[in-house]
Amino acid sequence: MTRGYRVFQWFNGLILTGVVVVTLYPFVNILARSFSSQSAISAGEVNLIPKGFNLTTYKIVASDPMFWTNYRNTVVYTVVATFIAIVLTTSYAYVLSKKHLKGRKVLIGVAVFTMFFSGGLIPNYVLITSLGMKNSIWAIVLPNAISVFNLLVMKAFFESLPQDLEEAAAIDGLNTYGILWKIVLPLSKAVIATMILFYAVSFWNSWFAAFLYMNDSGLFPVTVYLRNLIAGATGADSYGAAAAEVTQAAANIQAVTIVLTVLPILAVYPFVQRYFVSGVMLGAVKG
Amino acid sequence: MSTPQTLSPGTTREPEAGPAGGRRRRAGGGAWVRALRRDWQLYSLAILPLLFFLIFRYAPMLGNIIAFRKFEPGGSIFGEQWVGLRYVKMFLNDPTFWNVFSNTLILGALTLIFCFPLPIVLALLLNEIRRRALKRFLQSVSYLPHFLSMVIVAGLVMQMTALDGPINAFLDFVGASKVSFMQDSDWFRTIYVGSEVWQTVGWGTILYLAALTTIDDQLYEAARMDGASRWRQIWHVTLPGIRPTAVTLLILNIGTFMAVGFEKVLLLYNPLTYPTADVISTYLYRMGLESSNFSYAAAIGLFEAVIGLILILSANVISRRTVGTSLW
Repeated sequence: MTRGYRVFQWFNGLILTGVVVVTLYPFVNILARSFSSQSAISAGEVNLIPKGFNLTTYKIVASDPMFWTNYRNTVVYTVVATFIAIVLTTSYAYVLSKKHLKGRKVLIGVAVFTMFFSGGLIPNYVLITSLGMKNSIWAIVLPNAISVFNLLVMKAFFESLPQDLEEAAAIDGLNTYGILWKIVLPLSKAVIATMILFYAVSFWNSWFAAFLYMNDSGLFPVTVYLRNLIAGATGADSYGAAAAEVTQAAANIQAVTIVLTVLPILAVYPFVQRYFVSGVMLGAVKG
Repeated sequence: MSTPQTLSPGTTREPEAGPAGGRRRRAGGGAWVRALRRDWQLYSLAILPLLFFLIFRYAPMLGNIIAFRKFEPGGSIFGEQWVGLRYVKMFLNDPTFWNVFSNTLILGALTLIFCFPLPIVLALLLNEIRRRALKRFLQSVSYLPHFLSMVIVAGLVMQMTALDGPINAFLDFVGASKVSFMQDSDWFRTIYVGSEVWQTVGWGTILYLAALTTIDDQLYEAARMDGASRWRQIWHVTLPGIRPTAVTLLILNIGTFMAVGFEKVLLLYNPLTYPTADVISTYLYRMGLESSNFSYAAAIGLFEAVIGLILILSANVISRRTVGTSLW
């Protein structure tokens, strides 16, 4: 190992440490803020550890019924949307993976073209409104039911499965639905799990559809709750808290809500991260 | 995202590809009847997904026709009567439109300049880490921001840049005066691009790291034999090895050049920062959905979508002509 390379390794370590610090710092800081007193926050004293430790803000946020209603909405929307997305994506990907199918290229083209050209915000809004889907879960769930990227990942996976198994099943008298259900899907558990994660995270994180199509705050997902908070649309006074608590609330209610919203993602992240990586690879190599 | 290097072997032995095309067309209806009879169950699985694409993807594309027709809220989604290019002329003569147009170009260019090359640099640095556990830890940390909702990212940005936030605390500490970043239009581009880098750079390394592992060790061996230094090895072996990946991602980046992060701008901007922050998509959002000028906003949206399509098609053609890599 040359001297120059050792110096480089040293610098490299330094740079990558910097990357880790910069990536994680906002999370640590927000966590410290969420436990700090308002006076310490507004004095700009909170850095890595809480100052004036207290749980008042957590109690205030947790006692807001709307927060929990919206949290529950997020869970419901995510589960329903992911289910529909998986059913539609799997069935279409399976069809597209059949190379002998007449018209297959057209069916692929129908999907791929939408990656490069889309109707745009206004026509979409007009459409959803005229379909009467405003203020309903369908406005969130249906318009994004198939992600073409995910579709191509699944198609690539189905294409990589050995065909003789399916042919043997067909000779045994199974029809297409039976082959898909009893032969193909059991072999595809890993890729389906990856797809569930892809869709679930994107629906969990989505906010704009709900922001656009929901007028009733009881229907908001928690992301819109947080959005209204940081946009200043909901003030601390809407919590009906006592005057002293309102001052406590002002800035770090945001911090607490961010922490509570990001928590589920952080909790599952270490376990699911590698599925995402493998999913992206599958899409990139074969898509 | 296929490149010549990574194309799966399966795609080369497609039966219907090739000179059979003409013959099939002459067979015409009969072939379709046979295909339908044999594969009707497969086709039936495609019905719901096709309905999805027709209703939620293609109907809105046709809905863009309201850019050339008068639209009444509550009326037909395709508008009431033709007005020709009235709305197109309107935005071409609208000074605000040209302001948001140039804002879009500037933000798009800055995003491209920083968010395209930085993942390559980070991937090369990560690739030099020899301890596997450490490398995996660094990757996990750098991927994390990708999984956050845009609302959370916006919330973090606002907390970091707040008057009582850590950046201002640091400025205070070194004796500089505090800055109200989110209210200052001079800072918007820095904040936007900075947070974009924070959010995307780690995740962007994945495909490069994968490409790096496929480079044959014998190439490095040979380069060492020829007396190449580490730097020359990177220049002559590593970089050519990731070139197809880089070109593919560059095409995709150029294709989405105009679609500057609409959600993020919408969350981060405010009337004080409109002079630098307002982009085409946020402008048409306000025009259409806050002021109810649906046709006018649709005309702007169609313009943006057409430019996006032209960009990706031309980037694809250029890269196929010059480096032989293309998306399709």
